[in-house]
Amino acid sequence: MFDSEEQNSMETLVSPLKNTKFDVDAIRRDFPILASRIHGHPLVYLDNAATTQKPQAVIDAIVDYYTSTNANIHRGVHQLSVDATRMHDIARAKVKSFVNADDIAEIIFVRGATEGINLVASTFGKQQVGPGDEVVITAMEHHSNIVPWQVLCEQQGATLRVAPIDDRGQLLWDEFEQLVGERTKLVAVGHVSNALGTVNPIRDIVDLAHRHGAAVIVDGAQAAAHMTVDVQELGCDFYVLSGHKLYGPTGIGVLYGKRELLESMPPYQTGGDMISSVTFEKTTYNTLPHKFEAGTPDIAGAIGLGAAIDYLRQLDWPAVCAHEEELLTHATDALLSISGVRLIGTADEKRAVLSFVVEGAHPHDIGTILDHEGIAVRTGHHCAQPVMERFGIPATTRISLGLYNTRDEIDAAVEAVGKVKEVFRC
Amino acid sequence: MLNDELRELYQDIILDHQQDPRNFGPMENPTHHAEGFNPLCGDRIQLSLQMDGDEIQHVKFSGSGCAISTASASMMTEALTGKTRDEAEALSQGFRDLLTGQLPNAEDADAAGLGKLRVLAGVQQFPVRVKCATLAWHTLEAALHGQPNTPIRTESINPTEVRKVK
Repeated sequence: MFDSEEQNSMETLVSPLKNTKFDVDAIRRDFPILASRIHGHPLVYLDNAATTQKPQAVIDAIVDYYTSTNANIHRGVHQLSVDATRMHDIARAKVKSFVNADDIAEIIFVRGATEGINLVASTFGKQQVGPGDEVVITAMEHHSNIVPWQVLCEQQGATLRVAPIDDRGQLLWDEFEQLVGERTKLVAVGHVSNALGTVNPIRDIVDLAHRHGAAVIVDGAQAAAHMTVDVQELGCDFYVLSGHKLYGPTGIGVLYGKRELLESMPPYQTGGDMISSVTFEKTTYNTLPHKFEAGTPDIAGAIGLGAAIDYLRQLDWPAVCAHEEELLTHATDALLSISGVRLIGTADEKRAVLSFVVEGAHPHDIGTILDHEGIAVRTGHHCAQPVMERFGIPATTRISLGLYNTRDEIDAAVEAVGKVKEVFRC
Repeated sequence: MLNDELRELYQDIILDHQQDPRNFGPMENPTHHAEGFNPLCGDRIQLSLQMDGDEIQHVKFSGSGCAISTASASMMTEALTGKTRDEAEALSQGFRDLLTGQLPNAEDADAAGLGKLRVLAGVQQFPVRVKCATLAWHTLEAALHGQPNTPIRTESINPTEVRKVK
């Protein structure tokens, strides 16, 4: 009953026919922090790839949970425990529909995308990757999708292969195709690059990997807030995302895994809740998804994530995507109109991220000057040092968009970059 | 226009050193050498000294960094030339005291012998930038104490080395 209801609203969510006007002012009123002032200026929050702000509905869901329902789940016969368990289960069902998984058993709650990747590396990775085998990643990955595979390969005597990218920040397909072969056991790739904004062709990657018998894990941390994620359509074996980059709370994330793979994998952590029976001689593990969720989980976090998904679903999703695309185009044009500005990452298909450098001004100084105008951007290597190395730069300034951003905010940021140029006379 | 705090941070003398860093480039046959790294922003500095006995005769630096770290390194090289090791260490301590607000008066800063390094006092108002200004000085400490093969870092963990942590 629950599933079909969720399924219907999912269809509404992704309908390409619906295209009502997107009222960004109304959206902004849903996010209380956007009314803040920073250094005497209205907050212009353009660091959404680091974390998104939270709508009142998410804040309320967490407060309400702690105010009226707090109890441990899967435990008591008492009413609060029953209610809390139900709310946690419903949150999982919302996630299942949001990514269009086949079954709620395939939705594992984790702390975030990083933990999701580490879970797969420690379980599936250790089981499937052996001496002489290969793991393939791309040159545009976040450190969280590099280091776990580096460690796994070191431990297992396997080799990490890195698919190169071109000068626009796009995967070089021919080279990638050469890298994936019979030794490949796993391909780990970002859906959207956090440093460049590049959207990777996941379906093609999955088809190629599967032809060679390799599994695919997709880091969806930067994708889920900006596009429809349908794990069945993508065909990937694992998909991870972070709640806090999806207008939900920190500390909660999701690992989607195909059921048959999750069934065959050893547990990640052990303890309470992940068992079905324990004696000193033998422990039998619990069924999915609980097998991978040892200990008391972040119950409020899961409920908050569920509220974020509800919030996104009542929006006109195609209109949200169109709004963000329009902002990205506007910001790209406006930044390129400033002399000495170079965009890092100019892929044909991009989402929400504008990394740039200004000749004569270091990103750290740009970040400080923008901050004093109330403008929050990220500066540095964005946990993607190999990307910086690829482009021969130490760091970039990154504007990253959310659904509540406006053209005026982009214009304020661009004007502030003009001030930077005045200060540094560049 | 910029507000007062920013004007204080990006004073002309700082911008001058950023755009035209003094004693910049590699040094042949240094007696002391160290490398500094700020993983937060990717700033890197290589610092080389030529010492004759106890006296610092030449100082050079290279690398890439923001205006604050570049200007701080440039001004440091000027301030160190001709100093003894003890004087350099005292200056290093004085500079760190300045940036942590422990020398609130101009007289205190003068007494510490900071001279024109005092223009960097504005960094105090920007706590996240203090590490930019102190990077060169931390690197100096490493060079003086003979740790040439261990890059010093402003953070305890370098993300690129996380894989070495078991």
